[in-house]
Amino acid sequence: MSAEAAILPGRGGLFGGLSDTFWRRPKLFVFLLLLPAALWLGIVYLGSLFALLLQSFFHIDDFSGLVVHEFTLKTYAELFKPQNFDIIVRTASMAAMVTIASAIVAVPIAYVAARYAKRRWKALFYLAVMLPLWSSYLVKVYAWKLVLAKEGIITWVFEQLHISPALDAILAIPVIGGNSLSFSFIGTFLVFLYIWLPYMILPIQAAVERVPVNLIDASADLGAHPLATFRHVIFPLALPGIVAGSIFTFSLTLGDYIIPQIVGNGRLFIGQVVYTQQGTAGNIPLAAAFTVVPIVIMGLYLWGARRMGAFDAL
Amino acid sequence: MRSDKVDGGPRASLGLKFAAAGGLAFLLVPLLIIFVYAFTTEEKSFQWPPPGLTTKWFAVAWARADIWSALTLSVQVAAISTALALILGTLCAAAVSGSKFFGREVVSLLVILPIALPGIITGISLRSAFSLLDIPFSFWTIVLGHATFCIVVVYNNAVARFRRTSGSLVEASMDLGADGFQTFRHVILPNIGTALLAGGMLAFALSFDEVIVTTFTAGQQQTLPLWMLEELIRPRQRPVTNVVAMFVVLVTFLPILAAYYLTRDGDNVAGMGK
Repeated sequence: MSAEAAILPGRGGLFGGLSDTFWRRPKLFVFLLLLPAALWLGIVYLGSLFALLLQSFFHIDDFSGLVVHEFTLKTYAELFKPQNFDIIVRTASMAAMVTIASAIVAVPIAYVAARYAKRRWKALFYLAVMLPLWSSYLVKVYAWKLVLAKEGIITWVFEQLHISPALDAILAIPVIGGNSLSFSFIGTFLVFLYIWLPYMILPIQAAVERVPVNLIDASADLGAHPLATFRHVIFPLALPGIVAGSIFTFSLTLGDYIIPQIVGNGRLFIGQVVYTQQGTAGNIPLAAAFTVVPIVIMGLYLWGARRMGAFDAL
Repeated sequence: MRSDKVDGGPRASLGLKFAAAGGLAFLLVPLLIIFVYAFTTEEKSFQWPPPGLTTKWFAVAWARADIWSALTLSVQVAAISTALALILGTLCAAAVSGSKFFGREVVSLLVILPIALPGIITGISLRSAFSLLDIPFSFWTIVLGHATFCIVVVYNNAVARFRRTSGSLVEASMDLGADGFQTFRHVILPNIGTALLAGGMLAFALSFDEVIVTTFTAGQQQTLPLWMLEELIRPRQRPVTNVVAMFVVLVTFLPILAAYYLTRDGDNVAGMGK
């Protein structure tokens, strides 16, 4: 049999022809597959992002209130004025507290869900995480508005237990307290914690599920107390999951502007400043400079997380 | 030894159980409370326990035209954004999982970026781009924003499934004489179908619920979350808001259950990567 006969003839028609071309030139095929998404994200998303970053190098004229299209770092300098810097520090520390608290709350849930829960319990754990994760963000905030209200269920529970003075004492703490829970820092913190918690649970659960059981058995065989096993075997292996979860909780808290607006004591967060500066105040350069802050913080954070191997746990 | 096996594996310690149960209660109770409030007779405050129960607010909410128009807009936006995201996300996932090429990491980073960076950044950059280019706010500006962050959901689901789909199936199909389109239709699509369905549903849910980006890309139109936000900031009729909130929780519940059953056999349950 000659060599030519072993090679099938080309297909006819438009689709056949296309199919043959793609088979012969896989690089072209991959390129065409990528093109639509790359164009969309490249133009719509990156394009807008760069346009925004560009504007942070402009500044607003103090007298006319118009944007001056000249390169300057003046707007960035404004970020370091005390009133603006306070906002950055407040937002970053809230994000850090929410991240730490959600890790503490998430670890037991994720651990039990991954290691002990079977069948029905597994489904319940799944629902308990997925329902808050996928429920409407605003509905969750609204639910907390109901829970934290002065006439709401928390006040009622404290009354029933006859420990209302404890609640009043907590609310009387300067800075973090307030008129009622829904107008206090504690309230803002609780809502943040609730809303981002599932993002922490899922990666930890995935990481714990991947810990080989024989490692845990080996640790127990060698005489380690369960706590020691947790401390020396499970925790180090689950750490990438915690770091992966913290990326979400940290980033999401940094950028949120709706929760502190609805539940809080009126002190501003970065997101709220961005929103008012670009809207009512019309100072787009300052708004853009403020957006750069979370981008830089997240950049550093992601760089650190990558070094800890968090991306393998996503 | 043996009794361990009969009980179905190791047991958690009491402290651990308490911590996990407390966590579950923290996650579920606030959502359940909404259900009670939807029936309250109290109109002016969030009084707990409710002074009385009634179902009249369901009828009141049903008759409100503004809720219906917001709901319709949300469904339309979500449907079109999901369709766009399905096309773009699947193609991109096929390219990234099927081959190694220069810049592959960059592409996967680019896809994840809209969801990794806070939504407010996506929102304000789109808004400033619209104002730079003099694009008026419309239905399509909302879709533009939504499709951008929906791509990643479809992409994540599709990539996970493509990785588990053996490449030899595709090669076998080609060896048996099928062309690329036939292979796609008869081999690839049945394999990735449920992943796309799950990804599509999650993208729909994400878009249906989105508020942060939408506040920047919507003009006068109100999607359902924007309506809800308006009610949260300037409450007009609290019991109606309660009813809508309950409705939204119920609507979310069903797709989650469906996504669970569609993908539970896989190693990657859908929704893990919202």
